[in-house]
Amino acid sequence: MFEQILVQTVNGLVNGMVLALVASGLTLIFGIMDVVNFAHGDLVMLGGFTGAVTVAHTGNFWLGLLVASLALAVFGALLQITTLRPLIGRDPLTTIIATFGISLVLQKYALWQFGPTAQNIPQPIPGRFELFYLQYPWYRLGAAVMAGAIIGALYLFLKYGKYGIWIRATTQDRVMASAMGIPVPLVHTGVFAIGSAMAAASGVLFAPLAAVTQTMGFDFTLRAFIVVVVGGMGNLGGSILAALFISLLEAYASLVVSPSQAVIVSFVALILTLLFRPTGLFVPTPK
Amino acid sequence: MASATNRRFWIVFLAVVAALALVPLGLPEFWRKFLTEILIWGLLAMSSDILIGYTGMVSFGHSAFFGLGLYGAAAALLVLRAPNLWAAMFVGLATAAVIAIFVAYFSTRLRDIYFAITTLVFSQIFYVVIFTWTDLTGGENGLYFSQPPFTIPGLWSVRFSTVSLHWFILAVVAISYLLLRRITQSPFGMVLQSIRENEPRTRAIGYHVERYKIVAVMLSGLFAGLAGVLYAIQHRFAAPDFVFFTVSGEVVIFNVMGGMGTLVGPLVGAAFFLLLREGLSRFWTEYYLIPLGIAFTAMVIFMPQGLLGFWKRRLNQ
Repeated sequence: MFEQILVQTVNGLVNGMVLALVASGLTLIFGIMDVVNFAHGDLVMLGGFTGAVTVAHTGNFWLGLLVASLALAVFGALLQITTLRPLIGRDPLTTIIATFGISLVLQKYALWQFGPTAQNIPQPIPGRFELFYLQYPWYRLGAAVMAGAIIGALYLFLKYGKYGIWIRATTQDRVMASAMGIPVPLVHTGVFAIGSAMAAASGVLFAPLAAVTQTMGFDFTLRAFIVVVVGGMGNLGGSILAALFISLLEAYASLVVSPSQAVIVSFVALILTLLFRPTGLFVPTPK
Repeated sequence: MASATNRRFWIVFLAVVAALALVPLGLPEFWRKFLTEILIWGLLAMSSDILIGYTGMVSFGHSAFFGLGLYGAAAALLVLRAPNLWAAMFVGLATAAVIAIFVAYFSTRLRDIYFAITTLVFSQIFYVVIFTWTDLTGGENGLYFSQPPFTIPGLWSVRFSTVSLHWFILAVVAISYLLLRRITQSPFGMVLQSIRENEPRTRAIGYHVERYKIVAVMLSGLFAGLAGVLYAIQHRFAAPDFVFFTVSGEVVIFNVMGGMGTLVGPLVGAAFFLLLREGLSRFWTEYYLIPLGIAFTAMVIFMPQGLLGFWKRRLNQ
């Protein structure tokens, strides 16, 4: 039993890091643009498919990761320009409805383009190591580390990069940033592109763990929503902690009930958070 | 003046109901059922309009009320030896009401996108429970049951034909529309609209905003449950898919397409959506959502008032 708990801890942390990568893209987009992106999970799914197709053609996982991220970044930028830019200044609820429409289109587009069957990417890091009673694949740890590295890179970029400072300035005060000569509309497009690229990267990292299907988008969107709300909307560090917290909760719950029922635990965690601490669990108490 | 608009309303209303009652007589079987289905989805769309259009709270979880109404009716029809229409209605409505109280109590403490996300999460909880509780709900296979006859207790009992079922459902939907219209025009409805326009000010005037919101969600859930009951009676099966998010999403689409805050608008939106789906899916099978989703997104951007939005003032008179 004790060993099972430890194994589930590792599983929870691995899933949590991939989820954190999805959620940090979502929270970045929300924090800067006030856009609740309902299509975020579908961007993960499209990224996974793009990666799977690239890997199938070239046999190189890292190339797949790169191609998927770049392709989705371009796609995200186009999406932002065509559908979200006209909505700037309207109620965030409008953006949730508009991106819901986009998510419908993307899901069916994936079905049309990639077919109804699940696609798999072979694990790029071979080998397993012994973890108590089972052989644990190295790739799972690798995926968690890579997800962490991408999030770390984002953090450093936001903290020290010139454009990162532009992004933070836009978050704090859109009008002031604009007055200082920052091209705010361009920053918005750029942020959506970055968020989309991160979603794509998590899709590719996730693909070898489980398969990519055209319906997985909604699941990811829902989980990312939960994580972002539990962690505090627009708060990067909180989202990462919340992703780990939620994934660990689910991992432990699936020791007791079936995995499809274990998601209820995270739903309940979300509702409790909203009731007792609506600003998020992992943020300082607002004064 | 008021009585003149009032009279005009009743004339138009009765004309539309009469037209909807007579049209199926001249339609082939398939389109008869289709028209009945439009009415049911229209009722669901109208029920959510209380929240989305009048109170300004976008619910992404209406499938929970609809689905639980459906399963409640299913339970009544399966348990009773002789399927009884009124028992099915009563149990379905009671189930939806209980769920609505539960959801309303928690979700109304939150606003805007948080309300949307909470309702979404609640509907997913019910979906997972229904999907995995196979012994009770049949899980993925769903439940099949027989159609109850139309009865006036102690007097009369007759089996539904497609036309008489259509009339029955039309009557229920028409009465619901009148009730919903009355609710939105009552002082209570006015408070809901003032919450939509300016919540802090409504609170400052002295209204207990949370209480109003809870009642709004409960009423909305009750009518959504009624739509679920009607669906159960028409289609004679219940499946977890009806509790899934897709239904909630379609309800939002109905509202946006038809015009929020008009009651008639969402019903027209439902008709528009279902006809479009019927037409498009003949050529594109399940890919009909690609053109439809693009049209929907374009409407959110360029036509946020929906098809009937320009009529909003007159429809609410």
